Amino acid sequence: MKTRPIKYPLIESAAETLRAASGCLLADVTADAARAGDLSMADIQISADTLRMQAEIARQSGYPQQASNLIRAAELTAVPNAEVLRMYNTLRPGRATHAELVALADSLETDYHAPECAHLVREAAGVYQIRGLLQK
Amino acid sequence: MPISRRFQLLEKREVNRETFVEPWPEAGLIVADSPADPQPSLRIEAGRVTELDGRPRDQFDILDTFIADHSLDLAAAEIAMATPSIDIARMLVDINVPRAEILHLVAGCTPAKLVDIIRHMNVLEMMMGLGKMRARRTPANQAHVTNRREHPALLAADAAEAALRGFAEIETTVGVARYAPFNALAILIGSQTGRGGVLTQCAVEESLGLELAMKGLTTYAETLSIYGTEGTFVDGDDTPWSKAFLSAAYASRGVKIRFTSGTGSEALMGHAQGCSMLYLEARCLLVTRGAGSQGVQNGSISCIALPESLPGGVRAVLAENLLATMLGLEVASGNDALASHSDIRKAAKLMLQFIPGTDFITSGYSAMPRRENLFGGGNFDADDFDDYNVLQRDMQVDGGNRPISEQEALAIRTEAARAIQAVYTELGFPAITDDEVEAAVLAHGSEEMPSRNVVADLAAADKFLPSEQNILSVVRALQIRGFEKVAANLLEMGRQRVAGDYLQTSAIFDRNFKVQSAINDVNDYSGPGSGYRVSAERWQEIQNLPQVKSPRDFIADQIGEPCARLAELGPARPGVSPEIIVAVGPAFGTELIRTINGLDHEEVLAAILTGVASQGLVARVVKIYRTSDCAAIGYIGAQLSGSGIAIGLQSRGTTIIHKRGLARLSNLELFPQSPSMTLETYQAIGVNAARYALGMVTTPVPVQVDNWARLRLIVKTALLHRHETEQVQDQPPMEMRFDWEPDL
Repeated sequence: MKTRPIKYPLIESAAETLRAASGCLLADVTADAARAGDLSMADIQISADTLRMQAEIARQSGYPQQASNLIRAAELTAVPNAEVLRMYNTLRPGRATHAELVALADSLETDYHAPECAHLVREAAGVYQIRGLLQK
Repeated sequence: MPISRRFQLLEKREVNRETFVEPWPEAGLIVADSPADPQPSLRIEAGRVTELDGRPRDQFDILDTFIADHSLDLAAAEIAMATPSIDIARMLVDINVPRAEILHLVAGCTPAKLVDIIRHMNVLEMMMGLGKMRARRTPANQAHVTNRREHPALLAADAAEAALRGFAEIETTVGVARYAPFNALAILIGSQTGRGGVLTQCAVEESLGLELAMKGLTTYAETLSIYGTEGTFVDGDDTPWSKAFLSAAYASRGVKIRFTSGTGSEALMGHAQGCSMLYLEARCLLVTRGAGSQGVQNGSISCIALPESLPGGVRAVLAENLLATMLGLEVASGNDALASHSDIRKAAKLMLQFIPGTDFITSGYSAMPRRENLFGGGNFDADDFDDYNVLQRDMQVDGGNRPISEQEALAIRTEAARAIQAVYTELGFPAITDDEVEAAVLAHGSEEMPSRNVVADLAAADKFLPSEQNILSVVRALQIRGFEKVAANLLEMGRQRVAGDYLQTSAIFDRNFKVQSAINDVNDYSGPGSGYRVSAERWQEIQNLPQVKSPRDFIADQIGEPCARLAELGPARPGVSPEIIVAVGPAFGTELIRTINGLDHEEVLAAILTGVASQGLVARVVKIYRTSDCAAIGYIGAQLSGSGIAIGLQSRGTTIIHKRGLARLSNLELFPQSPSMTLETYQAIGVNAARYALGMVTTPVPVQVDNWARLRLIVKTALLHRHETEQVQDQPPMEMRFDWEPDL
């Protein structure tokens, strides 16, 4: 599979087209907009698409694991802050039953369209079972 | 046993305040090559690892599983594992093998294989390897900014100064956890005042860390600690999967992530399983890679004293830095926690990272006095700023720092303290008074700061954290109060977050707010003349320490109106009477009129002549033109002396008593320490010269030995000698008239 190389840094190569998580064009994130109070946190937050582009850059530069992490990050942009923290805590050792971990994986997959994250959680569920790291 | 004075003193040396122990593998107290360390092996069946370092899959612990399924490039593994370790070790130091080739090969290496490669390398070879394998071409440095009283204006001022001093990342932490949002805010404002583009973090518990990031107050996180055994990992309340998830969570909010690991942590936490520190760290590094972290903070970090208590500890710590770079990870290479009581030992250890250069040479240089360091760090601190800058200048090495003037520091500290004062006012936080601003500008530590109302500050911090106020509110506050540049830098950090370029390996921002990472500033070292070189501009910056002086006016004190009481008569003739010749250098009393320690040449001559006269003899003054060398001046004088005794006197004050018949470089007495000479010494020299002439028993004039004098005055000595040498001419010794009467 050959993909067209993405030019790095994006702040230069994609200055006109980059959009924040809110959909706001990066070009519209200006001092005047800030002064006018027209910006929200989502306007200075990275989008899933951009994270996927950064993932592709990492992959093309020989950092495949980092690329996978950025893909998972792209998926997690859809998950609200508090929910992300809850998921993380569920994954910590001894916090969840096997069924709870599987449920988390399902929720990631169906509610948030986060298959890579779901995969990571399912894998953890299997290993935790073998290694005795599920909730006792 | 009788007591040796020397051993008694040695016992009190700083280095002997440390603990040195012999290895004890069962307790994990061994830096490398423990008997329990496995041999490298890798079995792959149907595209799946079934055996890793001697352990079959059904016996894998969580680290083995994670490494087998996430960290290894199985396509590269077959060749990698079949390549003799010594060959890979040699590639690391071979300038003809590029970094990319090694990265590719090492991607297929198991933890035991990685350690096996290191086994063949000494520290010099590892330093070569580190210089080549570092991901980012340009080295950098990271700072800690905290203070014991968690004073916002002081945090901002210290962060601003640290940014100006060149640190590319600045981290803070908390004494009281509730201060977190305020401390993060203070160093954000401070750092962006000092230099736009400095990345910042606030090291706190993970969920709080994420909250700060979500408010836009931080841009990186290196709090993700991992460990090399399952027991330690679980005691740390994580697994490789939970940490991988957390990495993705941080990255999803635009935060650059870096794991933390390091030799010694497993032994410290009681779960080393008899394995060596380096083997366990190799496992950590593979987990770091597998989880997709762009980099690692390693180099033993807070455990540094443990490997350092063991033989080969400092070598092992360098080895773990090297291993990280071999895995393509950014490395913030330790040198942060206190590593030694001994300045010699600390500095020597630093050189292993400083000379090759790493992505961050220290993963936390204390930008304030170490007593203010809430990380327990401060191996190098604000007191050492000038030492560090001098080391850069000595070796023409870019250690990531730059010298700044006091004036620049005060200006930037003022701006930062005022900026945070403005933000506190605009956002309705407890006011920062003008007195506090003023104190923060000038303070070295928080004891110089006025007290704040802690209860009110914490209540405001509690309110700020869940509120709608965020980095954008801060930008507006700064804009309203006229801090346009700081506001623009903060907003640019927000814009950069949208692009996410700084999530890539080894990313920092340069002085023009341009991202610089292993993608666009990749280390391309391939021997002399390649890779990172200190540019002409950077070299100017490194060498121009504020304390550098022009040597041109160094000898101004020694120059002045020629001595009025000293006049040249004509060519000197050999004497016949029992006299002393005082032979002076060619610049004496004319081009130079004072000795190196400021004695007037006339006074010096008077003292010598007084000494001679006290023994009933007279002295003739003769100026030597053909040489500026002290021994030669004395030697020529002795040939002219009626008694055969002469005193040779260089203009800078160096003196010799010479005697006809002695070899030129021999002497009766030599006084090389001109800075220690007093008029009393010169008079005593006159006395002794006369006594030699009279054939009397003579005790040499006692000389003061100050071995530091040469160190202090060598430049001046060189310039005085150069000045005297410039007066050398092909002219015979000249008789001088000195207008002086003995005061007897």
